[in-house]
Amino acid sequence: MTSALPLRLTDLPLRQPAYVDLIDWDALSASDGQRLREFGLCEGASVEALHHGGLMGRGPIACKVGRMTIAMRRNHAAAITVRTGPQDAVADEEA
Amino acid sequence: MTGLPLVALVGNPNAGKSALFNALTGARQKLGNYPGVTVERKAGRLSLSDGRPVELVDLPGTYSLNPTSPDEQVTRDVILGRQAGERLPDALVVVVDASNLDNHLRFALELIALGRPTIVALNMVDLATRDGLELDAQILSRELGVPVISTVAVRKRGLDHLRGELESMLDSGAGDVAPAGERRDFEGLRREARRIARSAIVRETPSRRLTAAVDRVALHPVAGLFLLLALLFIMFQAVYAWSEAPIAMIEGFVASAGDAVTAALPDGLLRSFLVDGVLNGVGSVIVFLPQILILFFFILMLEATGYMVRAAFLMDGLMARVGLSGRAFIPLLSSFACAVPGIMATRTIADPKDRLTTILIAPLMTCSARLPVYAVIIGAFIPARTVALGIGLQGLVLFCLYISGIVGAMLAALVLRRTVTKGASGGFLMEMPKYQWPRPQDIVLGLWQRAVIFLKRAGTIIFTSTVILWILLSFPKAPENGGVSQVNYSIAGRVANGLNVVLQPIGFNRDISLALIPAMAAREVAVSALATVYSLDADEDEAKLERSLGDRLKDSWPLPTALAFLAWFVFAPQCISTIAVTRRETNGWKWPLFMIGYLFALAYVAAGLTYWTATAAGL
Repeated sequence: MTSALPLRLTDLPLRQPAYVDLIDWDALSASDGQRLREFGLCEGASVEALHHGGLMGRGPIACKVGRMTIAMRRNHAAAITVRTGPQDAVADEEA
Repeated sequence: MTGLPLVALVGNPNAGKSALFNALTGARQKLGNYPGVTVERKAGRLSLSDGRPVELVDLPGTYSLNPTSPDEQVTRDVILGRQAGERLPDALVVVVDASNLDNHLRFALELIALGRPTIVALNMVDLATRDGLELDAQILSRELGVPVISTVAVRKRGLDHLRGELESMLDSGAGDVAPAGERRDFEGLRREARRIARSAIVRETPSRRLTAAVDRVALHPVAGLFLLLALLFIMFQAVYAWSEAPIAMIEGFVASAGDAVTAALPDGLLRSFLVDGVLNGVGSVIVFLPQILILFFFILMLEATGYMVRAAFLMDGLMARVGLSGRAFIPLLSSFACAVPGIMATRTIADPKDRLTTILIAPLMTCSARLPVYAVIIGAFIPARTVALGIGLQGLVLFCLYISGIVGAMLAALVLRRTVTKGASGGFLMEMPKYQWPRPQDIVLGLWQRAVIFLKRAGTIIFTSTVILWILLSFPKAPENGGVSQVNYSIAGRVANGLNVVLQPIGFNRDISLALIPAMAAREVAVSALATVYSLDADEDEAKLERSLGDRLKDSWPLPTALAFLAWFVFAPQCISTIAVTRRETNGWKWPLFMIGYLFALAYVAAGLTYWTATAAGL
């Protein structure tokens, strides 16, 4: 398993495949947490940052989760810790 | 349509549900409301292969049976047979996006577990193929235990197959599988969905997707903003450039109808009522149908192509700065068409303060009812010349008016969020759908529904206000040769002269005061009211009667007054429907009254500043 140091989704370089290491659910409101889950975000999901919105880097982040593209604000993205490298955690989890 | 079997169409947002609904029902749709809630009920009639009708209801898109908004709650309640005013559906058609199976199957599994007769429509198979994904519907069907049918809304084969499957399901009456014993939790459903999705994928090539390529430009912080501004700019130019010919046609039709009535009837009250009240009044509003349809065409296209969410993404930085949720952008953009559906669309915003702020500023977005007012004033006072590079001055002024509304709304939000609707800032969590080329039928159907709504308004609210105004303007009859004009002598004229004391400082004349009262019902009425006033005033002078409303305004208003009038309409809350829907959505009179108060204050100040500045500048 190749995995770099964990980093926040906000710090993940664009178009670098990664997977979710940990989500700090307590930092999210119940409904936001539910929505993120419904979008398929969970520990082990593959994630790739695609675009940073806004001119001063304060805008939302668009990222690919599985086959879906979703947009979230930076405060949500900061609650998500990712690891770069190929996605293999999910396979482990399901085995 | 009670008595017919009821089939509910349900699925995730962006599963292509609406296109499928349109393809299955065609133009035979009925829009309504669920009692007690302001969620739209969209139903239509679907014919089975033997011609038997079935009622198909399109439920609001949702991600699970665990609702986070009133829309999603309706979906859950209908499916469970708990929604007032709706019977338990006889069957469910679960729509899933073929290229997003992992996610959509989770909800499908949740629905199948309810044990109701269910068919899964594997939708947008064409887009999945475009993205290099090949699926096996048979494997899916075996794994899910319900029929799975590949559909593409534009192709007939899948639709016929779906109809056939529905037919046998409704005929057998059963299909009512016993609910699955153990109810799986979210995590269990997710894993199961993932496993099934994996098993159904025949081939998956990581093709570089069209969407990703377009997004590199559309979501770029600089290029994307320019693209958005350019799109909006083209939209407002088109409103003028494309509408000339159809407007001339409608004007010609109204004029010839007026001539016919004039020729057929003797001079008198009835003729005045028909020509001055009905034809001139209502006709002056119907003329704007082409422009409104052009505007709606652009908004429908932006929505259907998937661009709207990108625009929300680009604007989110700004929204966050004024304390709004990024979600607020979509209700606000649809308020460009009409604030009523815009305010209803705020139900997707979870945070109450966030939602209230969005409701309060929604009327500042330039709705299509303002278009007739803007168009008539711009047409009369702004010369139709080209500024540069094919950019028309009239379109430019219109663009500026829209921008003023947006800037006003952002400033209002900024102030509101720091005072009356203080609270933590909301979030922005949205799915970005794939780009797709909309089906022409869907756009045409959408335009048709808008046209019907507009003409109904013209036939009811606008017609009634115009008729009442005509009565108030025609009575009591001014004495012959009394030296008092009929308008000044009439009841309406007297009220307007009273109101004018307040409005005179900001450059408004008696006719404007007169038009503003009935325009409380709907903004367009200002135009029909002016048309009626000038039509009655011109009675004695046949030559005047021949001239268009614009020309008459140009003769009787100084430019600063016209500009102040435009500025007034950027802010004034002149729409009974908006006030009513605000009352309904906020459960009381407190907020609608607050909204009326602050918007009228803004309108007064804006019109005043415009008038005084323009006068000082010597315009």
